[in-house]
Amino acid sequence: MASLRKNKFLILRRVSQLAILVLFFGGNYFGWKVLTGNYSSAKILDRIVLSDPYAVLQMLAGGYWAAADLLIGALIVLLFYAIIGGRFFCAWVCPVNLVSDFTAWSKRKLNIKNNKRIVLSRNVRYYLLALGLIISAVIGVAAFEMVSPVTILSRSIIFGVGGGWLFITALFLFDWAVARNGWCGYLCPLGAFYALNGKYGLLKVYHDKDNCTLCNECFSVCPEVQVLSRVGKKDGYIKSGECTLCARCIDVCEDNALNFAMNYIKNNHNKR
Amino acid sequence: MASRRKVIENLFKSGAFMGFGGLLWGSAAGNAAETELALRPPGAFENDRDFVQACIKCGQCVEVCPYDTLKLATPGDGKAVGTPYFKPREIPCYMCTDIPCTRNCPSGALDLKRLQAKGSQPSIDTAKMGMAIIDPKACIAFWGIQCDVCYRACPLLDKALIIERKRNERTQKHAYLLPVVNGDHCTGCGVCEHVCVVEEAAISVLPVKIATGKAGGHYIKGWDKADEKRMELKEPATTDEEDIESGLNYLNEDNELY
Ligand code: SF4
Ligand code: SF4
Ligand code: SF4
Ligand code: SF4
Repeated sequence: MASLRKNKFLILRRVSQLAILVLFFGGNYFGWKVLTGNYSSAKILDRIVLSDPYAVLQMLAGGYWAAADLLIGALIVLLFYAIIGGRFFCAWVCPVNLVSDFTAWSKRKLNIKNNKRIVLSRNVRYYLLALGLIISAVIGVAAFEMVSPVTILSRSIIFGVGGGWLFITALFLFDWAVARNGWCGYLCPLGAFYALNGKYGLLKVYHDKDNCTLCNECFSVCPEVQVLSRVGKKDGYIKSGECTLCARCIDVCEDNALNFAMNYIKNNHNKR
Repeated sequence: MASRRKVIENLFKSGAFMGFGGLLWGSAAGNAAETELALRPPGAFENDRDFVQACIKCGQCVEVCPYDTLKLATPGDGKAVGTPYFKPREIPCYMCTDIPCTRNCPSGALDLKRLQAKGSQPSIDTAKMGMAIIDPKACIAFWGIQCDVCYRACPLLDKALIIERKRNERTQKHAYLLPVVNGDHCTGCGVCEHVCVVEEAAISVLPVKIATGKAGGHYIKGWDKADEKRMELKEPATTDEEDIESGLNYLNEDNELY
């Protein structure tokens, strides 16, 4: 029971990620109509179209004015994540998270530190985000979509076509060799997009300094450690949009110093 | 001012990084989008690059195709990754009358608009997925053997695929029954390619752009009243293409050609 409670959000996240994957898979193989398509664009109950706003933005940059269904779909997704906040997509939806979490976990278990000789800035992803749009404009084709591990990986699972294992292995090796969460935390332009989009969202992790015993557990699990800068120093929200809302920090904190809270609403429910 | 120096240095570094990465990424993505040889679902853009630009790679068309005709390209397929295509020798398009693939495309990459003549309902018969081309060396009908399998399988029998009779001079008493494709009607469904009985299909579907040519404006069909009208154009030509006058009679006049 205790371990269940200690991993509450982790389990919920895995359920969410896998459920989406299974629904997509069933949509293709068994004709289920709950969720069809894939992470680039999906249909719910054969009605509501959802689409990846960054992909649509690249299409627009490339000079293609997409059909209304797609534009509205992108807007729905954009608003949904803007309201929830943070990189909710990254931790609760994106299939790549399964790979990067596994890699991070195995590195932690084997006590492997990041490679000191390769220094990568976490801001690279914002450059890539902009670059993706610029290249799309130049070549007239959505540029990130041509190389995105997110979509190539998911397509290979959902449609059972090749290429997936190659990408899983490449991601795994990159995260091992270069940095923990190397792809998601440093390079992925889609993650960068959602980080900007979710900056002012509602759901945030709240830190309660008085409860914090400086055990550092949260730092050892957080995929975006830089967002935890206030831990042990100041009460308040983890404000950065780069927080994936994975809630792993909440799970591992034994002292009730981290909790979900609604942004903008003065928070004191977790004071004891 | 070490800090200003640092700022400029960083600017250069990120500029170089963006430039290098951008060139690499741009050429990789640009190459990957170049796929003239893919056969696309019905209702796609005529120009393949436009199609690749518009398709969001969701696979809705693939999922609704009742015959599993369509596949999404993977890296290594030589088609723009993630875009739908089909290989008729494996599974052709059976030309569903309700055209579910086109109907379900959310992006406009496939659009019923492109399958309807002005003022009429969308019809799969107007699709232009490709065009069938026959290799007379491999087609046994051209050897004098009676086959006509593709002809009978064609959903637009006697329109897209017709049989032409010709005397077989070798036997002196038989006729060749030759399959001939009419490009005005062929939809590129590839049923013919699928059923062709020889080892490697003697009739195969190619993208329209590759299968078709263009004679150009200089040629006028003297026997075609409408085409001959073009000679009467009195406006001075602005482009070489429109300049019919100067090309009209050059062989009969004694002028130098160039
Ligand atoms: S701060 Fe917590 S919720 Fe946010 S990314 Fe880090 S571990 Fe996950
Ligand atoms: S018309 Fe029918 S058979 Fe042809 S690609 Fe579309 S869904 Fe498949
Ligand atoms: S349904 Fe349209 S956007 Fe989706 S994969 Fe097919 S052609 Fe592309
Ligand atoms: S591709 Fe072949 S079967 Fe299909 S319409 Fe053309 S000639 Fe007929």
